[in-house]
Amino acid sequence: MRPACYSFLRRRTVGQTLQTTAAPRHYRVKRSFTDGRNNVIDKQMNSAADAVADIPDGATIMVSGFQGSGMPNALLRALVDHGAKDLTLICNGAGPHGTQQARLTDAGQVSKLICSSARGRSDEPTPLERLWRAGEIVLELVPQGTFAERIRAGGAGLAAFYTPVSVGTDLAEGKEAREFDGRSYVLETALKADFTLLRADRADRLGNLGYRGTQINFGPAMAAAGATTIAEVGEIVDVGSFAPECVQTPGIFVDRVVILPDLR
Amino acid sequence: MIQPLSRTQITWRAAQDIPDGSYVNLGIGLPVLVANHLPADREIILHSENGIVGIGPAAPEDAADPDLVDAGGQRVTLRPGAALVDSAAAFGMIVGGNIDITLLGAFQVASNGDFANWDSRHPWKGPLVGGAMDLAAGAREVRVIMQHTTKDGEPRLVTQCSYPLTAPGVVKRLYTDLAIIDVTAEGFVAREIAAGLSHEDLSAKTGAAIAVAADCVTLTAPDL
Repeated sequence: MRPACYSFLRRRTVGQTLQTTAAPRHYRVKRSFTDGRNNVIDKQMNSAADAVADIPDGATIMVSGFQGSGMPNALLRALVDHGAKDLTLICNGAGPHGTQQARLTDAGQVSKLICSSARGRSDEPTPLERLWRAGEIVLELVPQGTFAERIRAGGAGLAAFYTPVSVGTDLAEGKEAREFDGRSYVLETALKADFTLLRADRADRLGNLGYRGTQINFGPAMAAAGATTIAEVGEIVDVGSFAPECVQTPGIFVDRVVILPDLR
Repeated sequence: MIQPLSRTQITWRAAQDIPDGSYVNLGIGLPVLVANHLPADREIILHSENGIVGIGPAAPEDAADPDLVDAGGQRVTLRPGAALVDSAAAFGMIVGGNIDITLLGAFQVASNGDFANWDSRHPWKGPLVGGAMDLAAGAREVRVIMQHTTKDGEPRLVTQCSYPLTAPGVVKRLYTDLAIIDVTAEGFVAREIAAGLSHEDLSAKTGAAIAVAADCVTLTAPDL
């Protein structure tokens, strides 16, 4: 049995993300303690559709996942159905044609994509490759480690960092360069998002997450960098059943949890 | 008769040069096949950019787990003692200098150690850089595995890369179907050359000056 759900109180804060062009609004979900008898935090949502219902046009969305592992496919499907447009999508790889993530770009809902790969695998251009060539989607290509670190920095409250990666290449063009101890570095700015969508294996009602295998990939960094973080999981477990040192993403970073038993 | 190595033999030969106790990251494509030929008597830990330290053998089809994938999306297993971390930590290992050797594919390698492997200037294919620049900048040693020439016979070993660089001046050693070549301060130096191939033949297939080491031997590999 799922414990009773408590309402979420949404509070809009005015602010700017560090690296977005889409002028997104920031949403912050506050947990409310509405039950006078048991003050409990419960982040469970009834459905993926409910969990993404307030994603506005123009939002910046982070999506975790790597080579199919850890992809929040139910949330992506719900976001396609929801229809929010003009999205800035931050995800490592623009998935091969046919994936839920590709459906989002194919549907024309994404105006900017920040990723380390936007290549299809077929002998013909994917819809995304066509949109890119036609200038209908802006691509920002980022080396994958820089991509991960920009997200990590965003979640940690940092504005930017210097990295030796990409020095001397086309991807360093226009970036501030600086030497430390005789080695060249470029300045990379942090990434934040209005919403993060991720998949984990299991959660408790506090939003503590555990992952299976390589599901983890960008999950922890993106959970921290998202103003509102939504996790889809295969199983809800009782509070206290996670060994504390085995919580891989603590619930402090997670705002909503959707339980999808079919995932397991 | 010239006896170039097959693709499998190149990966076998590159595997023989990985020292016992190394932490190694294998790039997608040809390099990842090196894992099939690591000498059994060496303990070599394979790292994957998506957060695996200690990849085991490829998963048998009936036991393949979609939540255990390597950088190329292949379903893998974990070796005993493996660790799983998130992507930021996995790239921290790379850029932080903890990977002893990375083996990468390339379109071109220049005699100053520059190499290009991410942007083929394809007319419509979307861009893909993945973790190549991170590995190139962060690994302690960068080795490249590739065919010596393009399908059209154009040299891939050049004085200056015409494709966009992945990193400048980092390649230390190259394994091709025709030779093993070190990149030195003086440029390309062949350490092993395929049977039947003269220095002149090799030079003709190389787009930059290539010297031959005094102790150069014949490049051989078992039938695989």
